[in-house]
Amino acid sequence: MIAAAAVGGILLAAVTLYGILGGADFGGGLWDLLAGGDRRGHAPRRLIDESITPVWEANHVWLVFALVIFWTAFPDAFAAVMTAAALPLWLAVGGIVLRGAGFAFRKEVSGLALQRAFGAVFAFSSLLTPFFMGTVIGAVAAGSIPADASHASMAAWTSPTSLLIGFLFVGACGYLAAVYLVGEARRRADRRMQGYFTRRALAAGAATGALSLTTLLELRGPAPALQHNLTGRALPLVILAGLTGLAVLALLAAGRPRGIRVLGALGVAAVVWGWGVAQYPALLPGTAVTLSNAGAPHSTLVALIVLFIAVVVLIGPSFALLFSLHGRQLLQGGEGLMASAAGPGSPPRRHQRSGTPGRVSRVLAIGLIAAGAVARARARGGRDR
Amino acid sequence: MIAATRASGEVVPARAQMAATLGFHIILACLGIALPTIVLIAEFIGLRRRDQVAMVLARRWSQAMGVLVAVGAVTGTVLSFEMGLLWPGLMRRYGAVLGLPFGVEGLFFFLEAIFTAIYLYGWRRLGGWAHWWTGVPIALSGIFGAMSVIAVNAWMNQPGGFTVSHGRIVSVDPWQVFFNHAAIYEMPHMILAAYMVSGFTVAGVYAAGILRGRRDRYHYTGFALGFVPAAILTPFQIFVGDTAARAIAQDQPVKFASMEYVARTSSHVPEWLAGIYANGHVYAGLKIPDVDSLLVGFSPGTKVIGWDTVPAADRPPVVWLIHLCFDAMVGIGFLLLLAGLWALWGWWRRRALPPQRLFWWLGAVSGLAAIVAMEAGWVVTEVGRQPWVVYRLQTTAQAATTNGGVITSLSIVIALYAVLGAATVLILRALARRWRRGGVAETGVPYGPQPDVPDARAASPGRART
Repeated sequence: MIAAAAVGGILLAAVTLYGILGGADFGGGLWDLLAGGDRRGHAPRRLIDESITPVWEANHVWLVFALVIFWTAFPDAFAAVMTAAALPLWLAVGGIVLRGAGFAFRKEVSGLALQRAFGAVFAFSSLLTPFFMGTVIGAVAAGSIPADASHASMAAWTSPTSLLIGFLFVGACGYLAAVYLVGEARRRADRRMQGYFTRRALAAGAATGALSLTTLLELRGPAPALQHNLTGRALPLVILAGLTGLAVLALLAAGRPRGIRVLGALGVAAVVWGWGVAQYPALLPGTAVTLSNAGAPHSTLVALIVLFIAVVVLIGPSFALLFSLHGRQLLQGGEGLMASAAGPGSPPRRHQRSGTPGRVSRVLAIGLIAAGAVARARARGGRDR
Repeated sequence: MIAATRASGEVVPARAQMAATLGFHIILACLGIALPTIVLIAEFIGLRRRDQVAMVLARRWSQAMGVLVAVGAVTGTVLSFEMGLLWPGLMRRYGAVLGLPFGVEGLFFFLEAIFTAIYLYGWRRLGGWAHWWTGVPIALSGIFGAMSVIAVNAWMNQPGGFTVSHGRIVSVDPWQVFFNHAAIYEMPHMILAAYMVSGFTVAGVYAAGILRGRRDRYHYTGFALGFVPAAILTPFQIFVGDTAARAIAQDQPVKFASMEYVARTSSHVPEWLAGIYANGHVYAGLKIPDVDSLLVGFSPGTKVIGWDTVPAADRPPVVWLIHLCFDAMVGIGFLLLLAGLWALWGWWRRRALPPQRLFWWLGAVSGLAAIVAMEAGWVVTEVGRQPWVVYRLQTTAQAATTNGGVITSLSIVIALYAVLGAATVLILRALARRWRRGGVAETGVPYGPQPDVPDARAASPGRART
């Protein structure tokens, strides 16, 4: 049981990291979509592009990792979700393909028309994936996934809860992206973009907060147990999410965006963990499937815990390196196309100490290591008993 | 039996979709595994010998790599989802076993993605050797990641490392799952294939340029950097492939019988080159007596197991496809070996690559040929395992989704991937054209990365301050 709970925590950690890292990349697509015409949208699009470019693929891997943990540790639940929610998952996959390809192609084509076309593909598909993934999470949370699902169900993911959570995901992605971009603009001393994304972060933050509260109230009908736990044992996390959200909005309104990236990410993480704590130990609410009986033997769970420790040890520092290089603006596009044969490193370096994405990643890495250590200790305790 | 009722009409489209998406992704996967090494070799030569041509090639290849890695990342994600969306039966039953190597692959995928980002976008601001070293983890994690994924496929061919009680898996030995019996030959076979595909593809691009009269040092260097490693590895690949075929004759005799048209278990089995098997006869094939027995056991008297040892329902559906794909793979392997030997001969006699146009034609098609051989090999191993998805434990029909509408997703996927493939090729060609024109061609760009030439940056006034 302890091992199953630990692996459940690992899965939730992977989902959280995908949410606060990959989610923000999707949110960037949302703001790209809403940035207006070529001229007006030039500056924000460029900031979005430069912020996402070197990191989105690495951030995206959290999704693959979460999927692998899901099917290895909880194969019964995985098969049920993949069968019952097949349609929104296919649509989310379509969004992933189009987003990644559109984004990568846009940089490499010359000519405005083609760039517009690929840019539009990138921006529009950035909406699809979070929305449909949200509906799938909504279907799980609302208890609409049967344990022995043999057919796709339309009703499972088109319930009000599912659709609300779909919109909540889009809102949260937009909120995170805007908050990160405010920090990025501030670091570049770009006052105009800082104000531009401050307004958007405020709007998205208000919308996301409202959607969260609505979802919480709406859960009374389809998932009373979840709602009860969210206002019960998960209440501290719910309050943390609310407070960080309000703090971010207050700091933004006051024009003092110091630390908002960490606070924004923490708020979204608190929502994810609030859900996890409230639903524990059920994996598919409304069925008998829990963390400990979803199909994997103990040895598989232990192997996954060992694997996760390896991931934390190897990937944590690597991400910290990536984000800190990115934060210090040492990673830039245009790697080819050299007309002069001058070696790399010729442009003057800018000295910037406060690499905020670097700081976020360091905080994350430390948090992950701590979580892994706790999980490991608990797993070991479970075995000794 | 549940299996029979579940074998609805979705198995064939689900297999077709898996084949299409995997067949597409595997090309990008090969380039993802091996291209970084080739780029690193070029950069190494550029740094060590201060060779500007090699340096330009390394930079340009890594720009192409950026596009390929992005497309490979998303098509790989599609496959992760398809494991559940198309094969929920497989995942429900064996997810806890075959998920473990996938988890290890996830670890290496992380390292690959992170260091690819650092390497690709660090060209301008990270200094020479420091930049080179950021590429080394990509090359290594490509190899280890490939080993992990191949471990899954090999496990499906030779499942083991778990115990079942009352129809449920009760314990798993990760080590035995990862290094199962087929992994020992499948891993090196695929990793060498990835290096051959990447090397010959790079060589093919520059051989085509040389055939068009671009006979400069840039093109010869580009050709050699791809061709030499790939040609050196070819004989090793033929050796590994031969060993693998012999192992398959033992481990999966029905697959081997389909590869070689062995209908009845017997000794003195002939080797068939090409030919179509139908109604108990091989049409239009070349028969070489005793050779198949000779290849399997080094003696004409070796007994080779035929497909008559299993009931008709347990045999693969289209043996002629398996046989022809096997022949195509082996034939292309020897053709590529010949190209390498020709180059070696020229180098030995005159310290130069052969001047004959035929050699350069061979070089130009070598990339495509290597891709065809690799795909054909996958057809052999995957179709040859049918009707099983996990050999002798679970049929593909039991694994397939019970959802309708796979035809729809198949059609959409084919259309989407056709566009994706065409766009990738067109964009790489456009990049090449831009490079030939001398590089700096980005003016009037609304957004996107900046050109890296300082003059060009100053010349476009619309650009915001960095």
